[in-house]
Amino acid sequence: MTDANATLLERAAETAVRATPAPVATRVRALSDRAVAWLFIAPTMVLLLAINIFPLIWAIQLSFTNYRANRPNETVKNVGLQNYERILTDSDTWLAMQATAHFVFWTIVLQTLIGFSLAYLIDRKFRGHAFWTTVILVPMMLSPAVVGNFWRFLYEPQIGLFTYIVSFFSGIPPSEIAMLSSVKLAPWAIIIVDTWMWTPYVMLICLAGLRSIPDYIYEAAEVDRASPWRQFWSITLPMALPFIMLAVLFRGIENFKMFDMVNLLTGGGPGSTTEVASITLKREAFEKWRTGFSSAFAIILFVAVFGLANIYVKVLNKVKSR
Amino acid sequence: MSAQTSRKPSWPRILRRGPLENIATALIGIGFLMLFQPFALALYTWSFVTMLAGTAMFIVVSKFPE
Repeated sequence: MTDANATLLERAAETAVRATPAPVATRVRALSDRAVAWLFIAPTMVLLLAINIFPLIWAIQLSFTNYRANRPNETVKNVGLQNYERILTDSDTWLAMQATAHFVFWTIVLQTLIGFSLAYLIDRKFRGHAFWTTVILVPMMLSPAVVGNFWRFLYEPQIGLFTYIVSFFSGIPPSEIAMLSSVKLAPWAIIIVDTWMWTPYVMLICLAGLRSIPDYIYEAAEVDRASPWRQFWSITLPMALPFIMLAVLFRGIENFKMFDMVNLLTGGGPGSTTEVASITLKREAFEKWRTGFSSAFAIILFVAVFGLANIYVKVLNKVKSR
Repeated sequence: MSAQTSRKPSWPRILRRGPLENIATALIGIGFLMLFQPFALALYTWSFVTMLAGTAMFIVVSKFPE
């Protein structure tokens, strides 16, 4: 630090001391550094406790009861592990888990593949790459409610643009391409929309990873006559891997909780083919009003996501330390 | 000084973080697969217990020394 900067800081500190009212200054001076640190952290801690920790503890407590939010005056009975037992032996809930797994798996695979490929292309820095980056990022900036509604129109069998394009290339009549009402196509309809919306996000994270690779590594590889293919597998991919994993972690956790898009597009139908875990949870909590049961279900999902996040953080640290 | 260096570490070797964290991670992974697999309802039934055990173990052992 230069002398001029030090003088400036001293002056700023003096001004701050002069501006502090005398009683406050006396009280602060009496506090230890640790106490002052706690004083600054306390509001955030209180907010966190009120918004995150308290509802979590309350949900855990409710999960052992037969509480119904629409009957607040009814006596609440402790049912022990009965709610958990019902969820974990119910074949409908099991189906919802399978629908969630199908959705999460395919969205992550597609988003990672397409996102990384796009990032790799954008990183080539061709003419107009900044413009195309902005264009690609547009879907991510839209509200899920807007995306859900306009994809409903795109999927319309009679007037939908998506249906028209598929019909044009495949020769199948548009009336037979019922993306949202066909048992086979509805899960893929949601996967397509989620991939369309969130691939830019994965691309952005991968692009950050690719841009963080120093040029001199590639220059050294060129000197060693490494082929572009070899450079990709030995430099680009290993060095971008922590970023790819971060993107997979974020998207994995988000997609486990996916609700808005599925609710807008299919509402869990046809039948229960697209009824992912969050839709089942909403039905149990706000249609059947089984609050205790749905709390237990939410805790099961929470443990799954929390466990997954632990694994990812561990793997991420390992990859980073390499 | 020499007495200090020759003293055995108080933490048992068996309770090292690395291997125990790996076991916890494996439990979480197995539980996770059991929860989302489409083959046997019995596996689905026991998935939560497996996952919970793995997660609790992970939280505890991640505080152990390396």
